[in-house]
Amino acid sequence: MPQKRKCRIIAMVTAIVTTACLLCISTVSAESEKEPIKIGGVFSVTGPASFLGDPERKSMELAVDMINEAGGIDGRMLQAVIYDSEGDPSRAVRNVQRLITRDNVTAIVGPSLTPTSLAVIPVVERAQIPLVSCAAGNRITDPIKPWVFKTAQSDIHAVASIYGHMQENGLKKAAIIIQSDSFGESGRDQLVEQAGDFGIEIVAQENFGIRDTDTTAQLTNIRRADPDAIICWGTNPGPAVVARNVEQLGIDVPLYNSHGVASPRFIELAGDSAEGIMLPTGRILVADLLPDDDPQKEVLQNYIAAYEDRFGETASSFGGYAFDGINLLAEAMKGTDGDKQQIRDNLAQIQGHVGISGEFNFSETDHNGLAPDAFVMVRITDGDWELIE
Amino acid sequence: MQEFLQYFFSGITNGAIYGVIALGFSMLYRATDLINFSHGEFVMIGALSMLTLTMTFRMPVIWALLITVFGVALLGLLFERLAIRTVRRPEPIVLIIITVGASIFLRGAAMLIWGKDSHTMPPFTAHAPLDILGARLLFQSIWIVLIALLVAACLHFFYKRTLTGKAMRAVAINKQAAWLVGIPSKVMVLLAFGLSTGIGAVAGTIIAPITMPAYDMGAMLGLKGFCAAMLGGLGSLWGSLLGGFLLGILEAMGVGFVSSGLKDATAFLLLLLVLYLRPGGIISASIVKRF
Repeated sequence: MPQKRKCRIIAMVTAIVTTACLLCISTVSAESEKEPIKIGGVFSVTGPASFLGDPERKSMELAVDMINEAGGIDGRMLQAVIYDSEGDPSRAVRNVQRLITRDNVTAIVGPSLTPTSLAVIPVVERAQIPLVSCAAGNRITDPIKPWVFKTAQSDIHAVASIYGHMQENGLKKAAIIIQSDSFGESGRDQLVEQAGDFGIEIVAQENFGIRDTDTTAQLTNIRRADPDAIICWGTNPGPAVVARNVEQLGIDVPLYNSHGVASPRFIELAGDSAEGIMLPTGRILVADLLPDDDPQKEVLQNYIAAYEDRFGETASSFGGYAFDGINLLAEAMKGTDGDKQQIRDNLAQIQGHVGISGEFNFSETDHNGLAPDAFVMVRITDGDWELIE
Repeated sequence: MQEFLQYFFSGITNGAIYGVIALGFSMLYRATDLINFSHGEFVMIGALSMLTLTMTFRMPVIWALLITVFGVALLGLLFERLAIRTVRRPEPIVLIIITVGASIFLRGAAMLIWGKDSHTMPPFTAHAPLDILGARLLFQSIWIVLIALLVAACLHFFYKRTLTGKAMRAVAINKQAAWLVGIPSKVMVLLAFGLSTGIGAVAGTIIAPITMPAYDMGAMLGLKGFCAAMLGGLGSLWGSLLGGFLLGILEAMGVGFVSSGLKDATAFLLLLLVLYLRPGGIISASIVKRF
């Protein structure tokens, strides 16, 4: 009796396993015809840089869904695999290794920050996988690495926009006040390097800490140097403190800021002191103010509408970096059937791609593809942005 | 002269803030021999609560200030009751690590409540900056210095003239002896936590208008306050306040006459020097009578 029972159980198990295997095989063969193309994403979704990573992750999902709704790439759907680097370089490297070895992605978008991007470059170069970084640092694409591209505007362009505006208005002596972090340092390098090209002399250099509550001592030194204009380089809330202190001390020279504070939050923080401050920004901030013949206007308005409709929050230029990254990859993937070498070659030849950050013209010698006109200069007037011609 | 005065104004404003934070550290250290590394977070909670009460609930400044201070003091009592007293073997290192843990917890909680962005609120009273010999002084700075001095004076009065204050001093000097003469030392420790965090909240409320409060502001302020307390003499009331002013003024002068890139370095270098020459701080609590 027990013998018989045993036999029956074995028979049943065999039957179940066989059917399960058959089912598996049948689903796999059905799927393989249009297996999705996997794209990896590595963003600082949480941690101190979450203001970058969070909109980037959302924008990547948005871009992938938009492409899939439009029929995917040559009939194949895109699939996003996104990991959180928490802004930590070593975690970013682990994320990228996992994307390459476990998830078998075809290309990667991100990371969000310059340090995390620089950390993962050796990994993608070795694995020969196209990477489109969302960070701003120049060093990511200078010198050129064959497999690495980036979509964010560089400090080079922001500094050129400010100096260009100063030159037009006959302002020759600049005092710079810099936030003590990698964003500030990178800005200072560019400010110092490009000053000569525009005939500008830097008469004072000061620093402030990220959480400083008072910068009047630094500004007193700047006032003594008697500049024609002050350039402040940092991210919220520091520059708002600087703006308030400039007003408090009654220093009556134009105040420029970097694109690091190009958000409505800055106007809110600086209050009345923000009046008259000028800064370079991507066009997304002033999309509605752009003339109708601006090629970016429609792209921007579509993105803003889709983003705000889906996530119920204001779209920022940061999300645009990832949105551009996916769309550039999608364009490069057409007709390649997921061949990485071909995708890379196509990416390096993309011309006139109108994105959120600007018009991309890639080449073998330019993996950022943007020109200084990716920035427009705006002035804060009556608590709102005003486009400077 | 004009520049010097401007650096000085900048220094005393920051210095008064550091001083008030240092007071909180010192008070608690005297009563419990404990450094509360989550003190900065209580300052942060004070600043953000002040902001919510005045901006969202439109309360008058004075009420918002009082409610915030009492609220945060209550939070301090709760912290002692739930996290500190329940420790089975209260060794100093264990307690200090608990306070570090509490600071991470409080920062996370504040991030969930107030979000990751910085916020802003108007000064207590609307005045144009004062012009003194060409240097500009914000009216809020006067409020800050006045309130800092007031807090120190009140504490002085509390320790010297009230029975509770004297009892607390007795516990600070010798816990067991105090217990023998009938002073409930556990209640005194609880009270010290409430007072210390309440004072931290005062620092938070007065700087809320001049800084841009955010959930992550506590760590740096706590560190500066701790340094001020060390500089002046940990455990000494007037020493802490003096240490705060000294640190603030040194920082401002460092920025003005040395380099703004070396702001923190200048101040901390002098701190090291002072501690090397006088390990107990300028007004050492072991030399001068405690409180």
